[in-house]
Amino acid sequence: MLRYAFKRLMQGIITVFFIATATFFGMHSVPGDPLANDKAMTEKIRANLEVKYGLDKPLLSQYGIYMGNLLRGDFGISYTQENRRVNDIIREHFPVSATLGILAIAFAGLGGVLWGALTALYRNRLPDLVIMLLVILGISVPSFVFAALGQLLLVNLNDQFGFSLLPVAGWGTVAHMLAPSLVLGLGTMAYLTRLMRSSMLEIINADFIRTAKSKGLPATRIFTHHQLRNAILPVITVLGPSIAAITTGGFVVEMLFAIPGLGRYFVQAVQQLDYTVIMGTTVFYGAFLVFMVIVVDLLYGLIDPRVRLE
Amino acid sequence: MAETTYSAEDFAPAPALASVQGISRPSLSYWQDAWLRLKANRRALYSLYIVIALLAFTLVGPVVWNIDPALQDLQQISQAPQADRNATIIEPYKPWDGADAPMVARLRLAEPPTTQAVRLVWGALPGAAGYRLYRNIFPVGEERAYGLPLFETLDPAKHHFEDRLDLRPQTYFYSVVALDGQGRLTDAFETVEAEVRRVITVEEAEAMGLAEAGQALAPGDRIKLQAHPLGTDYLGRDMLARLMAGARVSLFIGLVAPLIFIAFGVAYGAAAGFFGGWMDQALMRFSDFVVALPFLLFMILIRVISGVQPGESGVAPMVLAMVLLSWPATARLVRGQILQIREEGYISASQLLGAGAPYLVLRHMIPNTLGVILVTLTFAVPTAIFTEAFLSFIGMGVAPPTASWGSMCNEGIKTMLTHPHELIFPALFISITVLAFNLLGDGLRDALDARMRSRE
Repeated sequence: MLRYAFKRLMQGIITVFFIATATFFGMHSVPGDPLANDKAMTEKIRANLEVKYGLDKPLLSQYGIYMGNLLRGDFGISYTQENRRVNDIIREHFPVSATLGILAIAFAGLGGVLWGALTALYRNRLPDLVIMLLVILGISVPSFVFAALGQLLLVNLNDQFGFSLLPVAGWGTVAHMLAPSLVLGLGTMAYLTRLMRSSMLEIINADFIRTAKSKGLPATRIFTHHQLRNAILPVITVLGPSIAAITTGGFVVEMLFAIPGLGRYFVQAVQQLDYTVIMGTTVFYGAFLVFMVIVVDLLYGLIDPRVRLE
Repeated sequence: MAETTYSAEDFAPAPALASVQGISRPSLSYWQDAWLRLKANRRALYSLYIVIALLAFTLVGPVVWNIDPALQDLQQISQAPQADRNATIIEPYKPWDGADAPMVARLRLAEPPTTQAVRLVWGALPGAAGYRLYRNIFPVGEERAYGLPLFETLDPAKHHFEDRLDLRPQTYFYSVVALDGQGRLTDAFETVEAEVRRVITVEEAEAMGLAEAGQALAPGDRIKLQAHPLGTDYLGRDMLARLMAGARVSLFIGLVAPLIFIAFGVAYGAAAGFFGGWMDQALMRFSDFVVALPFLLFMILIRVISGVQPGESGVAPMVLAMVLLSWPATARLVRGQILQIREEGYISASQLLGAGAPYLVLRHMIPNTLGVILVTLTFAVPTAIFTEAFLSFIGMGVAPPTASWGSMCNEGIKTMLTHPHELIFPALFISITVLAFNLLGDGLRDALDARMRSRE
């Protein structure tokens, strides 16, 4: 187990190294240069700026400096916002995105397991049909439409009740977090519900369930201790990739709900061609996602003793 | 026990019966069998019809509904579908000097309001040192929501105003509010309702080709404006034509990108699976690395790297990025299949007959994985359409004036409250397309691949 964890960790570090390298050379092969945006610039100012940002050095030594800084956890200085360090931007905005993402994953995971189990228990009866119809909607409607409709619904509800039930946009309190994280988790929830349903249906008639029934266990205990625990395993395997989907899905939700998260910042940086911020956030997000997938894989080994981690 | 005696007849061969020897039902090939299964699956069949209808909408639609998707109909901006499109012919605009208008007691309309101009006159409000005029699309109500400020004067003698600002055929609520000496709002106000009628001058009607041949238009005539079956957007562009143009972009990306990356994945996976050994190891390690890349971040990054400036359409870089990032899943799948097939008896038989490696791969291995590949393709299409919509929505995909369903949603979301149809139609098209391809994929999987058959 420990050896496997170590091996995965080393693989992850190599992947992150490749991500950083690909990002660096990719961004440096972009036609035009980061200082071209400012129009009125004399030769002297330009030369000074190039020295300041280290752009006067050859590409390989720039790469060396960049990787050296990365090792020390330094992502550099923003090109468009004077003297603002990329580290500060990440430190300020990432916790917001992470909170949103964790809540969304929690919604998606809990909801998916619950609805999926419910549909399997009520197979081909009304609750199953209704929930599966909603699931089909959840899979085929884009997240930004959900976000817009959710806001519209909130506006109308707030209007109906005469007081603010939940804020429509913004960030800060727990109430602000509920609507966007629910919207963000909806697509994943639909996907997990489908997965949970089929995995539950596979198990519902298994031999060990029949044994449990025949030895007289109450239905609730069979459900919680035998069915749920076995059916939940495939759901956990896809949680890793789901984290990636939810993190990037956060871009849109952060934009529409006016949430000051890193995703919105990344989109902004791309629009302004802020090279260091783009590189910094890509490497940071990349590393984050790579290690989240590893963590989920290791967790899977802990939860299911049958899985032998090679 | 009696002795049995046999004659020569007992040893004569029985007559060959055609009914025993023949195969009673027609023999079905793999694909015929799959087609029968698919036809039996109602959901999948309807999805197939929807996919065909969408293709017809994209390819034949622009021939039937031949309207330029970039053409602006300024008479009908943000028009809902089925909206009234009657207009009255009117004289060309003449300047109006309201100073000649007779003094009135209350705010009222000097003339019937039209989309050409709304002319207002009012009387003196108590204690007014000046006036500010507002326009709202909702009644003013208790909270005094006057709306859009149009005009302000600190001359208490002024008592008329002509509104020509972006008038639409709808009901407006005009309010005039008294200002005190410092130009601050006071409580004294009057409000009037104006039901604006759509009008058009003879010149405009002729320029838009509304008059029938030989028909002489005169002021007062009723005329019908251009028809827009699905309404118009915020710039007066025909929604149906734009949806068709958008379908071309969305479906192009949604179909072409998966076709390319699956073809690449098949070649890559087949190579890895067929050669095996260190080559397989190396190829698969590389594909593991590509899988680990964060997808959307790199989609955006590749767009930036290709030199697409913000505000430019990058359809080709988007397809390129999807191809570069999406192939490993197919490669892995095909490799697994090939590894399995490599051990089959018919491969050994073929080898014994002298088949070379290219022949084996192209004639035996890939055709036998075609079912799985087709299923992967069907599921890749909705994912690609979603990705395109997502990127265009955050402004990283196609840029105006090119339409795609995602960028139309982006534009529609801004006017969601007042003109919901601008969001609903493109969103509906995305959803129906994604749904149809997903259900078709489910059906194909059930029909083509016995091992992956879903247990629903």
